[in-house]
Amino acid sequence: MEEDFKEQVKRALSEGIRFDGRKLLDFRKLEVETGIIETAEGSSRVKLGDTEILCGIKLEVGTPYPDTPSEGTISVNAELLPLSSPEFESGPPGEEATEVARVVDRGIREAKTLDFKKLCIEEGKKAWIVNIDLCTINNAGNLIDASGIAALAALKNARMPEFDGEKVDYKKKTNKKLPLTRLPLPCTVIKIGDKFLVDPSSEEETVTEARLTVAVTEKNTLCALQKGGDYPITEKDVSSMVDIAIETTGKLREMLKEKLKE
Amino acid sequence: MIHLSEEKRIDGRAADELRPITAKAGVVPRADGSAYFKIGKTEAYAAVYGPRNLFPRFLQDPEKGILRCRYNMMPFSGMGERVRPGGSRRSKEISMVTKKALLPVLDLQDFPNAVVDVFIELSQTDAGSRCAGICAAAIALADAGLSMKDLPVAVAVGKINDRIIADLNYDEEATEGEVADIPVTVLLRTGEITLLQMDGEVTKEQLMDALKMLKKVVPKIQKAQKDALKEKFKTFVENEEAR
Amino acid sequence: MGKMLLSEKEIVVPGDIIAEGMNFIPGAGTFREGDNIIASKLGMISTSGSLIKLLPLSGKYMPKVGDTIICKVIDLSMSGWRVDTNSAYSAMLSIKEASSRYISRGADLTRYFRVGDYILTKIINVTSQKLVDLTMKGPGLRRLSAGIVISVNPSKVPRIIGKNGSMVSLIKQATNCSIVVGQNGLVWIQGNPKDQVKAISAIRKIEEEAHISGLTERMEKSLNGVAHSPKEYSSKETSVNVEFSEENQAGEEQSFE
Repeated sequence: MEEDFKEQVKRALSEGIRFDGRKLLDFRKLEVETGIIETAEGSSRVKLGDTEILCGIKLEVGTPYPDTPSEGTISVNAELLPLSSPEFESGPPGEEATEVARVVDRGIREAKTLDFKKLCIEEGKKAWIVNIDLCTINNAGNLIDASGIAALAALKNARMPEFDGEKVDYKKKTNKKLPLTRLPLPCTVIKIGDKFLVDPSSEEETVTEARLTVAVTEKNTLCALQKGGDYPITEKDVSSMVDIAIETTGKLREMLKEKLKE
Repeated sequence: MIHLSEEKRIDGRAADELRPITAKAGVVPRADGSAYFKIGKTEAYAAVYGPRNLFPRFLQDPEKGILRCRYNMMPFSGMGERVRPGGSRRSKEISMVTKKALLPVLDLQDFPNAVVDVFIELSQTDAGSRCAGICAAAIALADAGLSMKDLPVAVAVGKINDRIIADLNYDEEATEGEVADIPVTVLLRTGEITLLQMDGEVTKEQLMDALKMLKKVVPKIQKAQKDALKEKFKTFVENEEAR
Repeated sequence: MGKMLLSEKEIVVPGDIIAEGMNFIPGAGTFREGDNIIASKLGMISTSGSLIKLLPLSGKYMPKVGDTIICKVIDLSMSGWRVDTNSAYSAMLSIKEASSRYISRGADLTRYFRVGDYILTKIINVTSQKLVDLTMKGPGLRRLSAGIVISVNPSKVPRIIGKNGSMVSLIKQATNCSIVVGQNGLVWIQGNPKDQVKAISAIRKIEEEAHISGLTERMEKSLNGVAHSPKEYSSKETSVNVEFSEENQAGEEQSFE
């Protein structure tokens, strides 16, 4: 159905250009703001080209899981709001929203981004649950990467609220930051024909043959992988895509240095 | 006759003083019309899609287009604990009264069997959220090029201990004592009211005084809505010539 | 004798009072309330004599008889093709209207147009229920292939086409692309990728600056990199601003490409 458009895109890619004027490995303009939602313990707004996502961190006290009595945990939820695209509808999270949430979750969890042990309040009884909620304002493609950046920036921005042992006082924020030890960033690399691109627009997403999201830590190790798209990829593809992801996240990390310094 | 007290409110405002307002149009490029409206700390996004195809068939009206509204709070937008996603009875009710507040100004005759969808999302709340949502929706509907006889303006008026005030914030709503919170939506030119609700207890005289206060505050809100729409078209020829 | 409260080319929003007086006639985008003429849309004031109307600045496309539009085929049936018109209403292209050559019932319709194809068609009928009928019989109407299709604000189409097609011709010359502009806001662009990118960029610029006078001059500058003396164009430009928008809204035969 999208054959004609895909052929046009392939033609352009073979000349090294994309229809919005970018080169294959160019990211769109990235803007990150933090601390923009006062009702959240931590927050960020990320604009990647026209894609805009809000992230809010809400902390609550809960009972630790029985098999990890001295650890707190995170919970990542992605809302692909019907506001943000003609394609989204109201209702429980669909495939796409679930995938965004789980990929971002894995990137954060597997990198041991947060020291879960430091989130414990009372062994076996009380621990902090860090709720990371991502809400799309405008979907112009590449929600996974934008969400990953937003989640990280919001986590860095977050401050613990006061807890008197019984109740959380959300009106009083302390200066205590979350126990962040790592800074993983995702990069989604897409394959169209035999070309690799980063930061796909929503039009490019409609003709994507395969994609690989790679979450990369500040040590350039990989902490999450997710392959998507209907076409297979070869081992050589994986190698190329991982290289691209490492280089791209390196650049992103430079750009975000100020924001992530908090 | 209730006279306006000279005393300042919790946040230092006068009885008929609104919190600071920021309004912008066109903030969701993929939507047909959109807006952002912030009053004090309450922040709302609205996006309009339509007229567009409507399924399922049984919802279609062969005489005119229908309006659908969805009001929703983002999980991190509440003053205290996280708001569980998925809506609540409260958000369902607000969605319904929002639709009734907006429908009277819209002319949907040209869109038989189609739908105009309005999505309102609150990213941060400090009371007055349904009103902020309606103000944003009004801008978004105009931004979408729909036919409207006016831009509806919504604000909550009310009283605290016999003092009539406009635009209550969360702390005022939660005050000890006699509080009444009265969200209203009004069409400025004709004075018609399309939304009127109340939590609390008032005398009839207090209610009528509260409604009178609307005349003072509503024009300021509508100016912000109109400026937001016109802002998109401010010429920048001066910048061009300077290049 | 009434008076205008706002001026020509001013931008208004719903509810703005444009004029007072019973002598004025409310045109498109306005209505009369007592003595006053009031704006009912976001638009730009345009008067001609005592008729006051608004040029819309936004709004989805509404199918109109006589419009030449670019559609995407979404379904096939026994009687023809169902297409997406980039509006709230899909349209029907019957076998009878698909070609000047005879197509028998039961023929393989995919030989003509397949699902996913873009076609340039003309609207021949719109019922009160917005059922839309199309024809492919007419000069220039055809399947559009080997190009990309972008979506623009339908209100900006007259500006993108220009008076007698002057603006789209300018873009075609400067980019060496074939370009077809549908009244419904879809634009087909065929050419080398580099040139396609240039054409897309030019069209987006027109979309953003459509309401600001001096557009033709600015487009010439940016497409050809040649400076023109302001004197040659400024006086022409202000009068052209409003006039050609109205002319081209009727969708003249030659103005879509």
